[in-house]
Amino acid sequence: MNNASAAPRRRLTPGALATAAIVAAIYVAVFVSEQFIPPTSMLFTVLKKGATYALVAVSMNLLNGFTGLFSLGQAGFMLIGAYTYAVLTIPVAQRAVVYQYYDGGAIQFALPVLPAILLAGLAAAFFAFLIGLPVLRLKSDYLAIATLGFAEIMRSIFQWDKLGTITNGSNMLRLFPTFNDFNIRNADGEVVVYLSTFIPFLIAGVCIAAIVMLIHSTYGRAFIAIRDDEVAAEAMGINLARHKQLAFCISSFFAGVGGAMLAMYMNSVQAKSFTSAMTYEILLIVVIGGIGSVTGSCISSFLFVACSEWWLRFLDQKQVIGGWEVPLLRNGFRLVVFSIIIMIVVLFFRRGIMGDRELWDLFNEPRHRKAKEGGR
Amino acid sequence: MKKIIALALVMMLALTASAVAETVKIGVFEPSTGDSGAGGKQETLGIQFANKNNPTVEIGGTTYDVELVYADNGSTSDKAPSAAQSLVSEGVSIVLGSYGSGVSIAGSPYFADAGIPVIGISCTNPQVTVGNTHYFRICFIDPFQGTVLANYTKNTMNGTTAYCLAELGNDYDVGLVHYFKEAFEALGGTVIEETFPTGTSDFTSYLNNATAIGAQVFFAPVSISYSTQIVEQAGSLNVPYALLGSDTWDNNVVIEAAKGTNLSIYLSTFYQEGGNPEFDENFKAWLNSDSEALTNNGGNDMVAAVSAMGCDAYNVALEALKAAGSTDPKAVNAALGSVTYDGVTGHIAFDEVNGDALRDTAYIKTANTTDGVWDFVTVQSIAK
Amino acid sequence: MFQTVLPYLLSGISVGGQYALIAIGYTMVYGILRLINFAHGDVFMVAGILMVYISAAGVPLYVSIPLVLVATAVIGFTIERVAYKPLREAPRMSIMISAIGVSYTLQNLVLYFTGGLNQQYPTIPFISDTVTIFGATTKRVTVLTPVLTIVLVAVLVLLINHTKIGMAMRAVSKDFETSQLMGIKINAVISTTFVIGSVLAGVGSMLYFTNYTTVIQTSGAMPGLKAFVAAVFGGIGSIPGAVVGAFIIGICESLIKGLDIILIKAGITKSMLGLTTFSDAFTFALLIIILVVKPTGLFGEKTTDKV
Repeated sequence: MNNASAAPRRRLTPGALATAAIVAAIYVAVFVSEQFIPPTSMLFTVLKKGATYALVAVSMNLLNGFTGLFSLGQAGFMLIGAYTYAVLTIPVAQRAVVYQYYDGGAIQFALPVLPAILLAGLAAAFFAFLIGLPVLRLKSDYLAIATLGFAEIMRSIFQWDKLGTITNGSNMLRLFPTFNDFNIRNADGEVVVYLSTFIPFLIAGVCIAAIVMLIHSTYGRAFIAIRDDEVAAEAMGINLARHKQLAFCISSFFAGVGGAMLAMYMNSVQAKSFTSAMTYEILLIVVIGGIGSVTGSCISSFLFVACSEWWLRFLDQKQVIGGWEVPLLRNGFRLVVFSIIIMIVVLFFRRGIMGDRELWDLFNEPRHRKAKEGGR
Repeated sequence: MKKIIALALVMMLALTASAVAETVKIGVFEPSTGDSGAGGKQETLGIQFANKNNPTVEIGGTTYDVELVYADNGSTSDKAPSAAQSLVSEGVSIVLGSYGSGVSIAGSPYFADAGIPVIGISCTNPQVTVGNTHYFRICFIDPFQGTVLANYTKNTMNGTTAYCLAELGNDYDVGLVHYFKEAFEALGGTVIEETFPTGTSDFTSYLNNATAIGAQVFFAPVSISYSTQIVEQAGSLNVPYALLGSDTWDNNVVIEAAKGTNLSIYLSTFYQEGGNPEFDENFKAWLNSDSEALTNNGGNDMVAAVSAMGCDAYNVALEALKAAGSTDPKAVNAALGSVTYDGVTGHIAFDEVNGDALRDTAYIKTANTTDGVWDFVTVQSIAK
Repeated sequence: MFQTVLPYLLSGISVGGQYALIAIGYTMVYGILRLINFAHGDVFMVAGILMVYISAAGVPLYVSIPLVLVATAVIGFTIERVAYKPLREAPRMSIMISAIGVSYTLQNLVLYFTGGLNQQYPTIPFISDTVTIFGATTKRVTVLTPVLTIVLVAVLVLLINHTKIGMAMRAVSKDFETSQLMGIKINAVISTTFVIGSVLAGVGSMLYFTNYTTVIQTSGAMPGLKAFVAAVFGGIGSIPGAVVGAFIIGICESLIKGLDIILIKAGITKSMLGLTTFSDAFTFALLIIILVVKPTGLFGEKTTDKV
């Protein structure tokens, strides 16, 4: 990576303009379609979950793709975020129902949604700071396995009966505000303006924009330098420990926010579901999108969610076309097809959908692009 | 031009065809994979059997074909939301299920948002129906089942110390253990309670724990896959106490594991084979005529309680559709509360507060380890 | 006190032996390729599933056991050739992602074939009989596992130290490029490693599933991760280290499940603390501690990174 890509950023490049236009168009499309298409359509499920996964995938990419730290702790940080959000926002009146085995729990107040989301991110970042102190010294795969272990430990702690008055033990947390509560209703309770998809898009969009800005700041360039060559970066005066810790905390912050969004999407939270399989899923999204491309992570999140929740669902059911029963189709076939696609991407299209290019690179003049690729 | 005419003709044909055969969609929200997959499949079998016998329903003077729409909730609360949403997007009028309380609770808000009523078949945790107007259920609930089991342990098995084991994060297990403990301690018994993480396969330590505290009863109301492991390992450890299960244990996979051991196993359930000989006979005949159904039932023609419950739930759903006179989910929801039905498992009616079934009997069964069948012991009820 | 702890020790030793057989596969592959073979736990699970299906087809045990071992070896070999070999020059992260992909694929394939339901593992006579030792009842496999594990490890160590292929393995794990220059057929060595690892995982699966008789697509994930932790704990690349690590982890895990009761019996605590919640997490806590305190593990050699 050389400086050519960063230098002309002061003036608006054609790429930046085109990107802004595309993003704006997507937001308008989401808003409009939400008003006219019935809310039961699978489209909105995919969009909501996709936005959530896009944020988490980008946060993982920041660490794995841009800083070169191979962390597999994403599910753990999402867990912290999801629990922080849920615990802080369950309405006081509902606490007796949710914490039924713990006499209504210890916390007897409820925060509004936005501060709770912010706190969810901060809580995840705080835990990242603590765990980062010892484990960030580890090299590639040791770091991966240590963070994976950390996520498993977190899962157990949140399930521990003795913390039940806060975490509700291993039981489900629910009845907190969800995406549907963003819809604006009139006095009769009928929805006037649908915002349940638009707001998650907005939250994810703001967070991803923040990450993109970070990547293009001095810090971001330092992260990339660390990824490309740790020793050289250190020789250039980059404080390795500090920058790694920073990247780790920031990534975890956004994973925490993503966790809160996942809680809102799922309507209920349970520590049990934040397994290492979830981390692997997100890692595969990052790989399919292209390690080191924010745009790629976003695109592949939506593709991944749409395929698994919607487009490929028919593979799980018997299909009869003109009296001929299609062979092989039964429960689980969707996942088989899915994993084969993933293996093909991993083995033969290692650069993923976008490689390390971004949306704006596609519109910038070729000279510019070549300079960027040459730098790798 | 020809093409356009042809296309128009085809479209007209399609339209008239759909006008002749109206269909109403009933969602089947059941696990067919995961820890509770075996139970979910048996429950689905009951629904399919009922659907085969009553494939149509008359709603508001028109005869509708009933189409079952399936969604696999994978026995986990994180897969339940997307399964529920796929049913909602299919436009079902009413949903049946699920086996397992956690998945029911996780799926519930999606049905609520779409105004679709649900009939719970064997989800016994009180939380499923509390505080909502769309979730009904036809089975008894855990405070009842826990009390029944506690009474039975105390009075018939003469137990004073019970060891309880639940899976972490499984609402069904944790809830039932909670109510059992409450009732058993009220009767003067001692309860030691432990939990195990999801995915555990080594239960020997837990079985040893129960031996160490001198328990007379080992109560583990866990999913089928775990109960199979527990029975198997208890058999080889030759444990000195009795195993006590709940409605999940009433499954031929579990009895298969118990066969040939000298364990004493008791459980409580919704229905006992022989309760309705006509149903049993027809159901078995159907299982034996359909190899896929037989496989889904675990390879033999034993009638599981949940199959009988599934059959009843389907028929209750048809009654609700008839009473509503419409396929609109909201109308069905409004009508469902006052539906009554005399089914295979007895009279079904819903209470007005939560939409729970008014039931006051549970069947106690014991494992016949020589023949590998569940033997009927007694009917337990508690004074309300 | 001893009578209270004994049953936990017994099951701990047995679990430890099974983890050891899986851990060897991890440690050997890591020693040579510097790759965490995330799919190894799933190979172990697939061996279990194969046994279920082969036995269901009515094949007698004296055929099915070798058949399963051969099939597992073939699977291990194929995975290496298809998913790892093309990535040998790629960054380490790519090959690890490929391993995760293979693990995902194996689990989904098994989910598809089994319909996502638990499969009952066939009973292997003799080793699943019940025996009594020091007043504790258990399956014979519990007692046999550690013995069999140690015998297999001894054979393996002999193989590595006294045969030509063993020498080649040691050379490759010391220096990949130089050994290639010396005329060692690197692909053959790597394949042999995968075959040995897979066969041991196959043996491990027979012992494990005889004890815990149901197999499902996720059965391999936790034992796999724990075996890996055992390998790291003992010093990755070191076979005796992996075995010692596995026994320590197995015993600790088993003791933690009974710790509440043991503590109450010993009069140290009055009430239950719910410590069984941490029976899995403890393993990972141990991992993080060892990585931070002594990253090379108990028996690992110090390696220096060259710039």
